[in-house]
Amino acid sequence: MNLIVLLKMVPDTVEELNVASDGKSLDSEYLRFKLNDPDEHALEEALLLKERAGGKVTVVALDAPEVDDALFMALAKGADRAVKIPADQASLGTVATARMFATFLASGGGQITPDTLVLPGSQAIDDLEGEVAAYLGEALSLPYVGVVSSVSPVNGKVVVLKEFSGGMRGEFEVTLPAVLGIQSAEKPPRYVPVAKVRAVMKSAKIETADIAPPESAKALAVERMYKPEVAGRAQILEGTPEDIAVRIASLLAERGII
Amino acid sequence: MSTGILVLVEHLKGTMADITFEMLGVGRKVAAAQGGQVHAVLLGKNVAALATRLGAADSVLLADEPSLEQSSAEVIVPLLQQLMAQKQASLVLLGGTNASFGLGVQLSARMKVPFVNFCKGARVEGGSLVLTSQLFSGKILSDVKLADGKGIVSIYPGAFPAEAGRSDKTPPVEKVAVPPGSPKVVFKRYIEPDTSDVDITKQSVLVAVGRGIQNADNISLAEDLAKTLGGAVCASRPVIDQGWLPLSRQVGKSGMSVAPKLYLALGISGAPEHCEGMKGAQLIVAINTDPKAPIFDVAHYGANADCLEIIELLKEAVEKKKTK
Repeated sequence: MNLIVLLKMVPDTVEELNVASDGKSLDSEYLRFKLNDPDEHALEEALLLKERAGGKVTVVALDAPEVDDALFMALAKGADRAVKIPADQASLGTVATARMFATFLASGGGQITPDTLVLPGSQAIDDLEGEVAAYLGEALSLPYVGVVSSVSPVNGKVVVLKEFSGGMRGEFEVTLPAVLGIQSAEKPPRYVPVAKVRAVMKSAKIETADIAPPESAKALAVERMYKPEVAGRAQILEGTPEDIAVRIASLLAERGII
Repeated sequence: MSTGILVLVEHLKGTMADITFEMLGVGRKVAAAQGGQVHAVLLGKNVAALATRLGAADSVLLADEPSLEQSSAEVIVPLLQQLMAQKQASLVLLGGTNASFGLGVQLSARMKVPFVNFCKGARVEGGSLVLTSQLFSGKILSDVKLADGKGIVSIYPGAFPAEAGRSDKTPPVEKVAVPPGSPKVVFKRYIEPDTSDVDITKQSVLVAVGRGIQNADNISLAEDLAKTLGGAVCASRPVIDQGWLPLSRQVGKSGMSVAPKLYLALGISGAPEHCEGMKGAQLIVAINTDPKAPIFDVAHYGANADCLEIIELLKEAVEKKKTK
């Protein structure tokens, strides 16, 4: 199979996020970036598919802080080819990002063969304009399923599981080539030792593909960006861990829970 | 200006989802400010009976066919496109749910109107529709303006009052024809959640663990505490994705919705997707090292602490109380 995984760097929300002085964007000074969680799962699912059905895994990303690390990490995990499109991801909305990926795929950079699966993560935490996967399906006129948590090749097609709500899932049969937004892989993303990533950094190369950004970088103009008012509903219990444990136990006893 | 508002009705296996009423409420609010009619679009297999519950809409546009069971974007998007044209609709409201995932994006691309994701606030301001979206796991809000009121909006479940979209009226129903086709995405079957070990929706006490539990070995600490409390362990998505607990224990958007007497959240930050599944709990107690974690906005009691330092102490304290 021809497996194409799209990677995106997103701000790590474990860090404090602040709004820039323009009041319309994130303050990038102290932002730390990490690979979007679902994208990491998309890569894992692609590697599992390669192991099961054979094929080649290509990872593609736009330029962003720490993106080279993510691309080398993907190669160390077993991806065959890594491509960087040197356009600043932060300045592009989802629509523009998807257009760039679509151009890359249509230009032969990615080659949509009859056995191609394009695997972006299902969504990202900054997808104000929507999800890349669905836009790509539309732009490339390929069938699309999102929130996918399992992919199995069967008779030249794939059978996928899509998550609904309440733990319910649906099984769908999808004709290839197709775009699948991956929510989670069948197994936890594999671990790769730092030494192996370092070795790959020395031996492997990241290709670049020059794609001109679309005319309009963003489909939506943000009027204002701000932090939510802290509702501060929780009454905070202070003290040592012992104090806190005793207070919680008392609360539960008062309410007849224990 | 706005002449029509379409609301795509959400239902799963014959049950109407609350998000439908939330969207109808938003639709009514916008229609009251800007004029125009609200049309509920009801698509699916054996769904005609649900139409009677959509009285908050001015009309129901119904397509009830076997082929529409869990039909995918390639079928629904052209249908919505056709209905937008027929009803001169400039605004389409969709549920921010897994079921409707991706529809808005594709419809917006075809209609060349903007798509706004994660919407949790809407107001009409001087003829424009101003929408508030929550980004970055609920840590940042952003306002965007649909100047001419045109757009496709994905409504975050639980953000708007469902009551505003309920009505006893019986709406007129208009049948919609579905063009034949041979879809490339075909629905096969539902896979029910496996609750053979524990059904967390039936537990009165849940000890929920998130990233803060740090590793698989620590799950047993939470299990011991749950046992002492007479409950079970559940988890947020990162823990399930790591394979530390089975899928049946997941609480949130894709997982279970729970409403226990006690929800003890250990090391859970409280992303909107998680809160969606647990905010109905009677008592929420959260322990998290980050004082700004959004979980403290939904919790009744909280402590800024490392849950690993508290778990065993809490178990001891509970045991002491019980023997008294």
